[in-house]
Amino acid sequence: MPGKLKAKIVAGRHLPVMDRASDLTDAFVEVKFGNTTFKTDVCHKSLNPQWNSEWFKFEVDDEDLQDEPLQVTVLDHDTYSANDAIGKVYIDIDPLLCSEAASVISGWFPIYDTIHGIRGEINVLVKVELFNDLNRFRQSSCGVKFFCTASIPRCYRAVLVHGFVEELVVNEDPEYQWIDRIRTPRASNEARQRLISLMSGELQRKIGLKVLEMGGNAVVGYLQCFDLEGESGLVVRAIGTACTLDKLSSGSAPNTNTHMHPSTAPASNACNSPSKDGKDVSVHEFLHTRSPLAHGCRSTHNSPVHSACSSQRLSQNFSVSVPTLIFTGMGSGGSVGKEAGPLKTLLRQQTQTALEQREFPFFTLTSFPLGFLVHVGGVVSARSVKLLDRIHNPDEPETRDAWWEEIRQEIKSHAKALGCHAVVGYSESTSICEEVCILSASGTAAILNPRYMREGCLDIGITDHRFEEPSPPSCGFCHIPYDELNMPFPAQLTYCYLCRRQKVPDVLFTTINLPAEAAVTGKGCLIQARLCRLKKKAQGEVNATAISNLLPFMEYELHTQLMNKLKLRSMNALFGLHIQISVGENMLLGLASATGVYLTALPPPGGIQIAGKTPGDLSAEHHILTIQKRINDTIAKNKELYEINPPELTEEVLGSPVPDSRQRSRLFRSHSESSDEVSELDLSHGKKDAFVLEIDDTDAVEDIHSLLTDAPTPTGFYSCNTEIMPGIYNWTSGVQMFTSVRVFRLSNANLTNQGLNKIFTDLCENLLKSFYFKLRSMIPCCLCQLNFTVAVPEEELIQVTVTAVAMTFDKDQNQEKTADKPPAKGGNETEEQLQFPLELCADPSSANCQPASKVSGVPECSNFSSRVSSLERSSPLPEGRSRSLRSNRSFGGISVTVVKMTPLSFLPGTRIIKYLGIINMFFIRETTSLREEGGVSGFLHTFIAEVFSMVRAHVAALGGNAVVSYSMKECMLMENPNKNQAQCLINVSGDAVICVRETDQEPTPSTASIGQTCTSATDEAT
Amino acid sequence: MTMELDVFVGNTTIMDEEVYQLWLDGYTVNDAVRVRMDGGVMEECEASADVLLSDTMDQYRTFQMCERLLHSPSKLGNQLLFQIPPHRQAMLIERYYTFDDGFVREVLGKKLSKGTKKDLDDIGAKTGVTLKSCRRQFDNFKRVFKVVEELKGPLVENIHHHFLLSDKLARDYAAIVFFANNRFETGKRKLQYLTFQDFAFCAGQLISNWTVGAVDNMVEDMDVDLDKEFLQDLKELKVLINDKDLLDQHKSLVCTALRGKTNNLNEMETNFKNLSRGLVNIAAKLTNAKDVRDLFIDLVEKFIEPCRSDRWTSADVRLYLTHYNNSVHLLDTFKHQVVWNRYMDVVKSSINILHVRLDESEGLSCFMEKKKSQRWGR
Repeated sequence: MPGKLKAKIVAGRHLPVMDRASDLTDAFVEVKFGNTTFKTDVCHKSLNPQWNSEWFKFEVDDEDLQDEPLQVTVLDHDTYSANDAIGKVYIDIDPLLCSEAASVISGWFPIYDTIHGIRGEINVLVKVELFNDLNRFRQSSCGVKFFCTASIPRCYRAVLVHGFVEELVVNEDPEYQWIDRIRTPRASNEARQRLISLMSGELQRKIGLKVLEMGGNAVVGYLQCFDLEGESGLVVRAIGTACTLDKLSSGSAPNTNTHMHPSTAPASNACNSPSKDGKDVSVHEFLHTRSPLAHGCRSTHNSPVHSACSSQRLSQNFSVSVPTLIFTGMGSGGSVGKEAGPLKTLLRQQTQTALEQREFPFFTLTSFPLGFLVHVGGVVSARSVKLLDRIHNPDEPETRDAWWEEIRQEIKSHAKALGCHAVVGYSESTSICEEVCILSASGTAAILNPRYMREGCLDIGITDHRFEEPSPPSCGFCHIPYDELNMPFPAQLTYCYLCRRQKVPDVLFTTINLPAEAAVTGKGCLIQARLCRLKKKAQGEVNATAISNLLPFMEYELHTQLMNKLKLRSMNALFGLHIQISVGENMLLGLASATGVYLTALPPPGGIQIAGKTPGDLSAEHHILTIQKRINDTIAKNKELYEINPPELTEEVLGSPVPDSRQRSRLFRSHSESSDEVSELDLSHGKKDAFVLEIDDTDAVEDIHSLLTDAPTPTGFYSCNTEIMPGIYNWTSGVQMFTSVRVFRLSNANLTNQGLNKIFTDLCENLLKSFYFKLRSMIPCCLCQLNFTVAVPEEELIQVTVTAVAMTFDKDQNQEKTADKPPAKGGNETEEQLQFPLELCADPSSANCQPASKVSGVPECSNFSSRVSSLERSSPLPEGRSRSLRSNRSFGGISVTVVKMTPLSFLPGTRIIKYLGIINMFFIRETTSLREEGGVSGFLHTFIAEVFSMVRAHVAALGGNAVVSYSMKECMLMENPNKNQAQCLINVSGDAVICVRETDQEPTPSTASIGQTCTSATDEAT
Repeated sequence: MTMELDVFVGNTTIMDEEVYQLWLDGYTVNDAVRVRMDGGVMEECEASADVLLSDTMDQYRTFQMCERLLHSPSKLGNQLLFQIPPHRQAMLIERYYTFDDGFVREVLGKKLSKGTKKDLDDIGAKTGVTLKSCRRQFDNFKRVFKVVEELKGPLVENIHHHFLLSDKLARDYAAIVFFANNRFETGKRKLQYLTFQDFAFCAGQLISNWTVGAVDNMVEDMDVDLDKEFLQDLKELKVLINDKDLLDQHKSLVCTALRGKTNNLNEMETNFKNLSRGLVNIAAKLTNAKDVRDLFIDLVEKFIEPCRSDRWTSADVRLYLTHYNNSVHLLDTFKHQVVWNRYMDVVKSSINILHVRLDESEGLSCFMEKKKSQRWGR
């Protein structure tokens, strides 16, 4: 009995009228945890009841504490008939289990009903007393911190990064159980909400156990997803990166280091980093995409395991390569990745060993401490088509595990083929339509700094110069991680335009955020490739085969589009690349989003040339000339728009001889080239100076059309799908997070691929235009972390869901970054920042140190520490529940905490002083009066607003004032307008935090006034 | 591109003041889009008609969702569904409760009943306010009336506190409530030249002088109902016209005081008895509810019209009333000075404003007469 949970029901307000006769309500509350239920007294005839209940005490295992939510049900007492439920509040008490997070949950929660939505609010107080558990074989993992943030959380430092953790639990979906036929929709929805809440609690606990086993104390980049497989069940899966984090105290240095787990780094001592021998290792940008094209077969035997072995896979022997893409149709053994094997370079092998020892050297992080990332290879991705079958035994989720295992192996081998030992920015996703499921995984192959694999080099900032002359951080990550003679496909390599010593590819695609230290020319922009492909309706295996056959072509076309659009914008790298392929009954949708930038280290992109195949035809030639002119004009315009004026480089520098050590590695390689065994069809344009588009076939016309129809962002706006916009430094504090959903019904039954593409492109473009229009009052402003999700909810529907944040910035961008500016990300190559001591703490304040400390390499900066302590002092309740730090929006004497939400890991102009725990919420909303609620739009609008308000309420109750790394993982809408019904499922997550205004040196002036609100707030409470 | 579904939800609720006004004014979505297009907002941000339509629909939906909260503005402050900064909340409320002067002028003094509500389409047609907007305004009047009807304490403060309105707007609502409660007749042709603001001013005077609240500030309906006792006492003023001596004395005092200060002394002298009789009779009759309703008509007919026919200027009227009022204090035998003051304070300022407006609207009223005859002729 290692824990005591205490709950107190204080009051309610704005309750709905439950008794028509009196226009009032006789409300009481049931508080349930596990199998124990307590009730308050009935508060008669009031819409604003004051219960002021006693403390209800639950004595429970900490295992239950982690799995179960506290369930608060508000009911209307009825003497003669059954009591009517008003609504429920589920309170996740996980944040209370961690000493560093929140200590009490207290506040107003919206009372939620799955049929009626929010019906009033209830004030609840929850506390947990944990006893120390001496049992070594415990099943709980209390105390492990979870972060959605995919970087080292600000105000922590990473002592060790242990690596990949994953877990998956399955269950039957209550919606598909026999009992669902006899229970009410409300009961069914609540059963589902509760089950998913339990499952995610269990999942988190299991992942926590794995982390404890590895010796860590936290999970960062925690990504949890639901697969609603319908008949076949419900899967909740999660991945994350296990770490050992240390909280930064006010006095400690901002300079922190990250190390790989010692046990996994035994061989790394013998060698130097690849960045040293990087002189002879040539790097090549490379996007390796693969679809294993596997699909399961419905087998007659009971075992749900199928399609795990390659013999059952579809066999397709072809391979296509373009500079940014190798797509390999997998034959029964003709895998590039697998046969390429581990890299044979001795040195590299040594550095690799450390990571190879773990099963999957994957990291869900997308931003890294300075110096962590050495080289980036390119995007690796894998997709697999599976047929779903009922999960027979929920306790043994082997099938799904095996599927993901397979995909991860695939990814791992791709990374190896790119000469990389790790995958960063790793993520997994699914798309389900009936019984077909596409599993996807993608990440960025990378080489991580072997220094961090060694033990005990906390003083790295001082020692690292002894070892080697490091690649400048502003370009080092661009240098190819593998050598140029063993390139998986032909591409152009040049010497780095910055350091001029090492080779860089002509284009670079990644799934991560732009490293803060990277040198960028001009500004970036959002680049999207969109594609629709019709497919015949089919069942089972035939359907899966058809999808498998379409996938490679879709990937190829998406990449070609991306490449063209990148060149059209005169840029040479993509960050945050996310390719989503969504399956519907009669079509496949592909959407690739990324942020294009001009990396100073990479060569300038060539233009795009249009060629016709029938010379002599004057009208055709004229046509080509006009198009060519339009393209050239657009490129020129874009250069101006994105301020891309790269410095001119002299030819002689580029032509300097390659160091001869290369010869040696060439020898090595001669033994190991094996990837050529697959017959390759080279469609590469890579060797040509300019991209040539032939205009004879309709495809090319379509390509060019889609190229030129993308409307430029209006003046004053920028957009990107990464955390921050390269080239913008001085963010101001205006933040507006939003979610937008659009569903388009295809009216014409005889649509062509082109017609569909046009519709889909317009849909996305119009969405963007809408955002620009709606947010015009925020100009100058940048839309960050634009996250598009596409789905085909029904045969003729296309759904696009977007979540993003608009942030204002100061238009007068002084190139000088003074110390008092907000987090200075995205460096400029000329800055002295390049000699910045290795700061692995992601805290924005570290970037604000005075120049003096930058040069000296001494991390402790008096200026800085004084500021921190003053901040600490100014907070009246430094540890416990800091109500004091909330800013209240008050009106008419009553106040509601303002909670900011952002999909980014930070809020500009503020400093996060405390992480209060993860927010992970799942809601179902259903209606049988769709018309009365304003149609589907009205229904969804209300629901999204309700979800936002519930997230805000939970954060406020934890004592927080912001949610960072917020995301809407799922927004699944089903409608039946004829029956006047609709149902929607939404899953959101994020990190609840307390942040304070970042005002340099002096304590925040607002703190004083807020302190007063604090006292008044506590007065109110007492 | 018409969407099956199209929503945009911000963590901080986005509201465009211009669209809000169009919504309040009862424009349909399509009309609102047209107005916005004509307003040139498209050029501002390279938007298309589609974008504008989608944005307008979104905003309309948001406003509809907010409307429930606006009905009890204090809820807007502590509800959790919409995160709206306080200054925006204040704007939303203020605009929601703002009314068209033209519209309120039509319903001023009428019973806020279902019957009146049925006539809203006629009023809408007459004033050029959409029916939707008329309904909102009418419901606002009714809602405010219902809430403050049974509250203790000063009317304006109650409105201010319960509806979080600005001081100015709260005063206007107090006037509307006061007029509706006492059913003052404002619709007669002779009163057409008066605007709502003129009546609001008079209402303010009436509330602070003639209501129960003027003497006792902790009773129910203190500012809504006239002080019955006071109305009863007004009968005593009749002595000023019934007692021949007193009347003559009063007249000579006024004339002496006016001498040399006006060109209309003769008219004032000849009209004195007539005017005084008029004013005192109005006072004496106020115990009848019917005569209370006709207060403004009576003031116009019994005082302002005779003045007009003698071509008094507003300054003349002010001067005359001042001395007419003050001279009573010099009448030793007159024992009802307090009641007199309480009565005259209101009458003086009301007549002043009524006369000034008539002066101003001289030209305008001719024009309006013409216009009205056109309308009725059609």
